[in-house]
Amino acid sequence: MIPPKFDYHAPKSVAEAVALLGSLGSEAKLLAGGHSLLPMMKLRFAQPAHLVDLNGIADLRGICLDGDTVVIGAMTVENDLIASDLLRERVPLLGEAARLIADPQVRNRGTIGGDIAHGDPGNDHPALSLVLDAQFVLQGPNGRRTVAANGFFLGTYMTQLEESEVMVAIRVPSFAKGTGWAYEKLKRKTGDWATAGCAVVLRQSGGVVTHIRIGLTNLAQTALRAEEAEQCLLNQPFNEAAVKRAVAAAMAITDPAEDLRGDPEYKRAMAGVMVQRALNNAWARSA
Amino acid sequence: MSAVIQTPEDREASLAGIGVSRLRKEDARFIQGKGNYVDDIKMPGMLHMDIVRSPIAHGRIKRINKEAALAIPGVRAVLTAEDLKPLKLHWMPTLAGDVAAVLADEKVHFQMQEVAVVIADDRYIAADGVEAVEVEYEELPVVIDPYAALAADAPVLREDLAGKTAGAHGPRDHHNHIFTWEAGDRSAADAAFAAAPIKVEQHMHYPRVHPCPLETCGCVASFDPIRGDLTTYITSQAPHVVRTVVSMLSGIPESKVRIVSPDIGGGFGNKVGIYPGYVCAIVSSIVLGRPVKWVEDRIENISSTAFARDYHMDGELAATEDGKILGLRVNVLADHGAFDACADPTKFPAGLFHICSGSYDIGAAHCSVKGVYTNKAPGGVAYRCSFRVTEAVYLIERMVDVLAQRLNIDKAEIRRRNFIRKEQFPYTSPFGFEYDSGDYHTALQKALDALDYPALRAEQAAKRADPNSPTLMGIGLVSFTEVVGAGPSKMCDILGVGMFDSCEIRIHPTGSAIARMGTITQGQGHQTTYAQIIATELGIPSEVIQVEEGDTSTAPYGLGTYGSRSTPVAGAAIAMAARKIHAKARKIAAHMLEVSEADLDWEVDRFKVRGDDSRFKTMADVAWQSYHQPPAGLEPGLEAVHYYDPPNFTYPFGIYLCVVDIDRATGESKVRRFYALDDCGTRINPMIIEGQIHGGLTEGFAVAMGQQMPFDAQGNLLGNTLMDYFLPTAVETPKWETDYTVTPSPHHPLGAKGVAESPHVGSIPTFTSAVVDAFAHVGVTHLDMPHTSFRVWQALRDHGLAL
Ligand SMILES: Cc1cc2nc3c(=O)[nH]c(=O)nc-3n(C[C@H](O)[C@H](O)[C@H](O)COP(=O)(O)OP(=O)(O)OC[C@H]3O[C@@H](n4cnc5c(N)ncnc54)[C@H](O)[C@@H]3O)c2cc1C
Repeated sequence: MIPPKFDYHAPKSVAEAVALLGSLGSEAKLLAGGHSLLPMMKLRFAQPAHLVDLNGIADLRGICLDGDTVVIGAMTVENDLIASDLLRERVPLLGEAARLIADPQVRNRGTIGGDIAHGDPGNDHPALSLVLDAQFVLQGPNGRRTVAANGFFLGTYMTQLEESEVMVAIRVPSFAKGTGWAYEKLKRKTGDWATAGCAVVLRQSGGVVTHIRIGLTNLAQTALRAEEAEQCLLNQPFNEAAVKRAVAAAMAITDPAEDLRGDPEYKRAMAGVMVQRALNNAWARSA
Repeated sequence: MSAVIQTPEDREASLAGIGVSRLRKEDARFIQGKGNYVDDIKMPGMLHMDIVRSPIAHGRIKRINKEAALAIPGVRAVLTAEDLKPLKLHWMPTLAGDVAAVLADEKVHFQMQEVAVVIADDRYIAADGVEAVEVEYEELPVVIDPYAALAADAPVLREDLAGKTAGAHGPRDHHNHIFTWEAGDRSAADAAFAAAPIKVEQHMHYPRVHPCPLETCGCVASFDPIRGDLTTYITSQAPHVVRTVVSMLSGIPESKVRIVSPDIGGGFGNKVGIYPGYVCAIVSSIVLGRPVKWVEDRIENISSTAFARDYHMDGELAATEDGKILGLRVNVLADHGAFDACADPTKFPAGLFHICSGSYDIGAAHCSVKGVYTNKAPGGVAYRCSFRVTEAVYLIERMVDVLAQRLNIDKAEIRRRNFIRKEQFPYTSPFGFEYDSGDYHTALQKALDALDYPALRAEQAAKRADPNSPTLMGIGLVSFTEVVGAGPSKMCDILGVGMFDSCEIRIHPTGSAIARMGTITQGQGHQTTYAQIIATELGIPSEVIQVEEGDTSTAPYGLGTYGSRSTPVAGAAIAMAARKIHAKARKIAAHMLEVSEADLDWEVDRFKVRGDDSRFKTMADVAWQSYHQPPAGLEPGLEAVHYYDPPNFTYPFGIYLCVVDIDRATGESKVRRFYALDDCGTRINPMIIEGQIHGGLTEGFAVAMGQQMPFDAQGNLLGNTLMDYFLPTAVETPKWETDYTVTPSPHHPLGAKGVAESPHVGSIPTFTSAVVDAFAHVGVTHLDMPHTSFRVWQALRDHGLAL
């Protein structure tokens, strides 16, 4: 549980951080909350020669509004998401789901940017960002670019983020009035990753689903957006039969790995239970 | 100051003695982070040790190359079995009469086995050194299943035992066989089965689990080359035994070995044995002449230090049609891992497993336990239980449920019909234990009333009748008897040392006192409760009584703290030492009051002249006199030592009830209620008892519902971190309801029986009983632990109950 030697850098600005990444190359790793990176270093699975600590960059932390879009600094910690009135008002799913992440100590350090950038299919923010239609602001040597959450996650620990880039912010459109939401996460205990998780955002008009996003956590190599399941419900009256079809469609795209949480059969079944519960809860909250 | 006349009741209250829920003396330092644990100890010039461990479960070591490690600046030494060989320390004896490799000698026998150690200037360099040591292995076939270990063509695990047809516990009939141990009367049991109309049998596996104390194991060894003495701070539940073993292994006289157990962050059996890390740190300190610290990390703790359980059990009951049990037969295959390192009294390779006739009056019984080697870490300690009592209680409680189900008799009723009756105590069990006292019927009724058991059964029936019920409801019931307080030296010893315990009490001139003990607290609150015993015995306020344990240079020799033995054995030693002091104090008081001893009455804190309340001497008066002007013919001072060899074990018991609701969609089990009635005899500090029960129930919950150490076919331990290994937090832990009855032990000087393990022993089968009960209506008689959501869901699926 002792990492090998590394050098530590504490840039004061994003530009400085990007410059460091440029000069240090692939030997460098950004350090955010450290709650994914440091355990891997202690096990010597990750052995970066340089850590570039983002904690000294004040600009990266905080939540504000840009028009109708909520802008969350990448270094904003989970506990700040939970405490944010702005989020509660505009995107209540985020704070609510953050409560199900890890434990209070981890949430005090772990950041939303790190959770997303890590590309771990077990993390909760990737699926959340998919159902929120989030956009990620990335800054690299050639300036900033904005990419959609949908398509960002390429594989386990692989995303569209370049080695030379820093994730600066997460942009999330405010919920329209009447939006229903839910995050259902089955876990063995406090501080555990999901056995199966499902995020849902939906809107309705007179009993017919007019907007729907379904995201799945820890059920494949990456977080999944269950688009076929969404199609089973979009522009349909919300009823048991439609939910059943959506559940089956969502289960069909899962490809869970066996671990001590369960075998693929169990996890797929649990995916179904979580999707069903999330759909029903989100529906009950929509208007 | 106005002269307030204090009543005896006031004075008694001011002592805070036996029966008072006195706040724990230990907590002030623990909750302020002022504890002093092994890893807090820093010594000038201290070096750090880290261990190279085997990545594979079975293999031959072809080559070890230290060069690269030794080339790292700050690495002081790298030791392997080759280096320990000249000292004859590459192997060490185990508590179970086997030997265990200190550092792997030509072969590795389990994943994470110790292969080499690196000693360096700091912890970081030591870790770098470990990574730089190159070890080449030739892999050998791995044996994980203990049944497969006994196949004729199974790989030979212990080549060092080649040709040995007998071990410490009798003949070996196979190269992977360790011992076969039997108790009871086989032919009487067979006869009972032959004649009985009803027979039930059940196979069950009590999984391998790990005590996983919050503090891992470690030590700081400091050999002084000038004086030739060795001081070792160590995470040990038995420091005096460690001193004896260290002296025997090192050849350093016991008088020059000082072992100190400072604050210990939980033991639960994990800190009884001697680990290779300790031996290597001590050797390193002797070789390098500097203090050496070794503290393992969590993964090392879970994967390489002593596990518990891993019993594959077959139980059988013979009974009459109306549920009266006539006979019990048990066969166990015990997976001991690569070395037999069980921590049991020498004569009992399966511990006190033969308590498995439980709380029931069974005419004939027989049990047989066969120990085998596999490619897993050694151990077999009592995880918060007296030696193998958890396994025994699990077995009998499960069997009684199975029988009840077979005969369609209620679980409570079948227990009532079979309990040893109050008037049968002292009761000799079919295995030869002499139960000291008990009143099971009263306790059972109290428990059933507390939870309105008939109403629970009615609710369950309604739920079962509703096919759409989202949950299954299960009711668990257990009525356990424990055997603790090991133990009478005629039966119990460890490495030949009788399992007595000791106390030395010294009253100071001004009436305060210090007591030193052979036990060592690891969270049990000895500093609080022991003082209360002395307070009541000697009339000195517990507040001014200092209790010290754990330093072999100051404390009298004792066997340590495990197996709920502290109060039954050391607690008795305290009472006896106090009584010696009391007898001397009486002589002094008689002299001071110029009356004969027979004319004195003892009242709370003073000797009074019978019939004259105004003439008295308090214990403090007597203490002063004893140092100032003792009566002629009496030695000055007021102190005593007592080594207590218990005449018998004690037999605490309890009735536990549990209600679970199982989510039919996810398999999650929610403990709705858990009621624990414990009878531990005299209750010294009810608050501490309650705390111990909460802790034991929580660990029982952990074992039953989540703890597991699964291995794959290559012998890799899956889940050796706290991500997988289940340590419940306040969030997962159910709410506990506690209750009690008091049936004092007739042979213990205070009537106390010991309690800390009862809740663990008793609760585990209660959870299983509840989970199985949820499936009883579809004919399920048993489900193996742990009852994780995944495993429970599989049962739901298999029985068509999953939603
Ligand atoms: C006990 C425990 C339980 C946990 N349970 C959960 C859980 O249930 N759900 C869950 O989602 N997570 C869980 N986590 C993970 C936790 O949420 C981490 O905090 C999170 O995954 C990573 O965020 P971080 O800020 O700690 O990032 P770090 O660990 O510092 O970094 C993670 C990776 O992201 C990169 N990175 C970080 N920030 C940026 C950035 N701004 N731009 C570019 N790259 C960046 C780093 O270089 C690194 O590769 C758990 C962690 C622990 C220790």
